[in-house]
Amino acid sequence: MNIFYAAAIAAIMGSGVYLLLSRHVVRIIFGVALLSAGTNLLIFVAGRLRSTQPPVIEAGTQVLDPLAANPLPQALILTAIVIGFALVSFAAALAFKAFQTLGTVNTSDMNDAEAMGSPYASKEAKDA
Amino acid sequence: MPEWIETTLLLWPLAVPLGAAALAAAFWSRPAVQSWIGTIGLGITLVASLLLLNQVIGNGIQSKQFGSWAAPFGVSFVADPFSAAMVVISSLLAFAAAIFGLTDLSDTQKRAGFYPLFLGLMVGVNGAFLTGDIFNLYVWFEVMLITALGLLTLDKFKSQLDGAIKYAVLNLFSTILFLMAIGLLYGVTGTLNMADLAVVLPQTEPSGALLISALLFLLGFGIKAGFFPMFFWLPASYHTASIVVSAVFAGLLTKVGVYAAFRVFTLLFEVDNAGIREMIAVFAAGTMLFGVFGAAIQWDIRRILSFHIISQIGYIMMGLAISTQAAMAGAVFYIIHHIIVKANLFLLAGAIYRTTGTYDLRQSGGLMKGSPWLAVLFVIPALSLAGIPPLSGFWAKFMVIDASFRDEAAWLGGVALFVGLLTIFSMSKIWIEAFWKDAPNPRNIPARLHITVVAPITALAAITVAIGVNPEPLVAYAQLAADAMLQPAAYIDAVLGRIETAEVLP
Repeated sequence: MNIFYAAAIAAIMGSGVYLLLSRHVVRIIFGVALLSAGTNLLIFVAGRLRSTQPPVIEAGTQVLDPLAANPLPQALILTAIVIGFALVSFAAALAFKAFQTLGTVNTSDMNDAEAMGSPYASKEAKDA
Repeated sequence: MPEWIETTLLLWPLAVPLGAAALAAAFWSRPAVQSWIGTIGLGITLVASLLLLNQVIGNGIQSKQFGSWAAPFGVSFVADPFSAAMVVISSLLAFAAAIFGLTDLSDTQKRAGFYPLFLGLMVGVNGAFLTGDIFNLYVWFEVMLITALGLLTLDKFKSQLDGAIKYAVLNLFSTILFLMAIGLLYGVTGTLNMADLAVVLPQTEPSGALLISALLFLLGFGIKAGFFPMFFWLPASYHTASIVVSAVFAGLLTKVGVYAAFRVFTLLFEVDNAGIREMIAVFAAGTMLFGVFGAAIQWDIRRILSFHIISQIGYIMMGLAISTQAAMAGAVFYIIHHIIVKANLFLLAGAIYRTTGTYDLRQSGGLMKGSPWLAVLFVIPALSLAGIPPLSGFWAKFMVIDASFRDEAAWLGGVALFVGLLTIFSMSKIWIEAFWKDAPNPRNIPARLHITVVAPITALAAITVAIGVNPEPLVAYAQLAADAMLQPAAYIDAVLGRIETAEVLP
């Protein structure tokens, strides 16, 4: 079971890294989204996949059934999903704004920041 | 001090900026009100952090567990000497930056949400310093990242959007690596509380998963802290932000990464395992050298200073690479010195900009005649950064380099001395171009600097001089902090030993 999960996570992470290496900002954001999804699955597997019994304490007992699933990874993943969603949506908005302002989403054409104070650029940076 | 303040003091450095951020957001369309809320809020944060420092010095390591969950099950907050010092110094810097911002920030920037974001950033920074839970640390890192991105794109200039994309992608990648490391660590040990991990890990069989986890922590924090060869996002983005934001970023954000690396590689992992010490040593040497070389060819003051952040991080990492008591004390001293000096240099760059109207050294000049007092104020942090006695940077460099020669890491010490020489080169470049040289296109009326611009610079310079002429108390404190890091028994006792729950919920 674990080996299938491991292979699936490896495939997702691999695709994520491949997209991250692109020069196209939108692809890079997709890459980051895939990597964070892969990481969530990694936490899930790290919490052991052995039981599907819900982690609910039965009425009248004080402790969780030792055969129940581990609830903590789900809490961690839930937090990570929310944070990942917020950051990816910010990144998407940033990419859109950059496209509107800079007129490109190709990172090799984005050099407004590097041009400031560069010994190779004679013009003074416009925004400073 | 009333008892209820004393028992909840650990939470104040978070609760105050969080409350102030909410209040400032409520006055979104009233920039003047926001600036008062922000400045007063950061002032109270500074007082609270000083009280916390006093408590840590007086009563030892402080800890709290949230929500009536005893450690290691709930989220713990811990203030040991190192984290208390970091909270004090970051609150001090934030307060200084807020005062500088009173005149430097435009109404447009305030309306774009500067104060709520800045206060939110301080919540993230102080949270990262005070948390005792490794997953909670990840959450604070993300709080810092999202607020920092907001601050970076405050004006939505072309250069800012360009810098923000590089900043966002590489920092997102670093937090993903950090989260993977946490996942693997949890899979092996089954716990996330750092004190509990410090107990469990020495009893755990070494395994491939643990080694990969340690390396992922090193890479994740390394990107955050700006280690060679992972620092490229930093000089691509820091200089584009508004100068108040740059000063805060320069002082604080990389140091949170450094702090986390120190915490994880003293409390959880040993640097001696699997060649991590050698890796950190090579990273430290590369960080020092490439940072200072990068600075040498730049002409924008802020970019020169950004590259110098990196080279200074190398000195701090040297302490971790050697990790004797003396080296760790040197590193703690270095962090405190560096935060003050580096932020002050960025604020000075802002003052130079206000006087000459440019950050480009080729265009500026004539400040020696026009504003001699600014020249005096610049010389103090610039020489301190280069390590000239009797300023604070001399003692910081002395402690770290001395430790390297004592511990057969002389090559690192040699690199550090060489880099110190090149630092003088960069500082004298700014000095010659901005202060000595006549201005190429002089302004008719030299701009007068407002008191809120000069006061924080003077105060930070005064602290630099004070540490320089009387380093003894800070050295003793750094040694205390280094002892607490190298012998984590007290830290573990403070979290796990005594069951005490916080009344206040987060």
